Amino acid sequence: MSKSNKPAKDHNTFKQGILDGIPIALGYLSVSFSFGILAVTSGLSAWQAVLISFFNLTSAGQVAGLSIMTASGGFIEMAVSQIVINLRYSLMAISLSQKTDESVNIPARFILAHGITDEIFGVSAGSDHPVGRRYQLGLMILPILGWTTGTLIGGILGSVFPDFLANALAIGIYGMFISIVVPRAKHSRSVLICVLIACALSSLFYFEPHLAGTVSGGFATIISAVIAAGIGCAFFPSDAKEEAQ
Amino acid sequence: MNPSMFAIYLAVMAGTTYLVRVIPFVLFRRKLKNRRLTAFFEYIPYTVLAAMTLPAMFFATGNIYSAIAGFIAAMVLALLEKSLLTVAVATCLATLAVELVSRYMI
Repeated sequence: MSKSNKPAKDHNTFKQGILDGIPIALGYLSVSFSFGILAVTSGLSAWQAVLISFFNLTSAGQVAGLSIMTASGGFIEMAVSQIVINLRYSLMAISLSQKTDESVNIPARFILAHGITDEIFGVSAGSDHPVGRRYQLGLMILPILGWTTGTLIGGILGSVFPDFLANALAIGIYGMFISIVVPRAKHSRSVLICVLIACALSSLFYFEPHLAGTVSGGFATIISAVIAAGIGCAFFPSDAKEEAQ
Repeated sequence: MNPSMFAIYLAVMAGTTYLVRVIPFVLFRRKLKNRRLTAFFEYIPYTVLAAMTLPAMFFATGNIYSAIAGFIAAMVLALLEKSLLTVAVATCLATLAVELVSRYMI
């Protein structure tokens, strides 16, 4: 089926992965910058903050882990909090498995698994082509570099980065999300409906005072996304595949 | 923080996070056959991205006008199906332009 498509081969290059990783890396640079500041002001060294960023590569999980560390919390608490907050990555890993080609073998999976983040997953799972290991590896390198470098700069320099520049860099990542979703929604009515439902639900979580106070951002995202995709697969079970061909 | 204590916390934290990613990625290598499940995993990337983007994007800069400028730039170029990097850079530039105008000219 899609495995023998010609254009897929051109798309599955290390270079294309690196290029697609640039906007993610820029976004990560500014987000991890604030994590670096947070970690140092909580009592960690800049290098400890960098180690956390390199080995975890997740924003919400790191912030939660940092607060457990600095409060001398238990190791079980640490493990459970990471499982709950990062459970969406399990879902994304299964979803990504539906897009990978045969080059993504078991050894590759042990390496590429570390790069399953919201944004990296969004780019590779959202692409029109099957995903090869060279592309996926290229895609994760700059974001990892951006995430750790931003943490280091934030940890060392504190808050010298002017706000308006950090803001403009940070919003670029949302522009990237839009560039993945909109063209797909333009060509597929079922994707469009799912996406609108997801936006409506996440807005509800954001603006409804009761929900906003009780459900954290990470959970709000995953609940909205699962309900919207669930409605989509209930009403349009076969559209997605056919339109993608 | 005490380095050895930090090392244990880091190992528990990073180890758990890695397992959450790697276990399903290694175990679920087969393509799903069920039509509904396939559709679910087709839709999930787009619904995740959509839920992350809206409404959070409008509050990402602390200035709703610069954020709206970025949103409009992104929507227009995405509808024209420009590349990821083009859309991202245009979003940043439109946002930066409005940030600068509201900072230095108003």
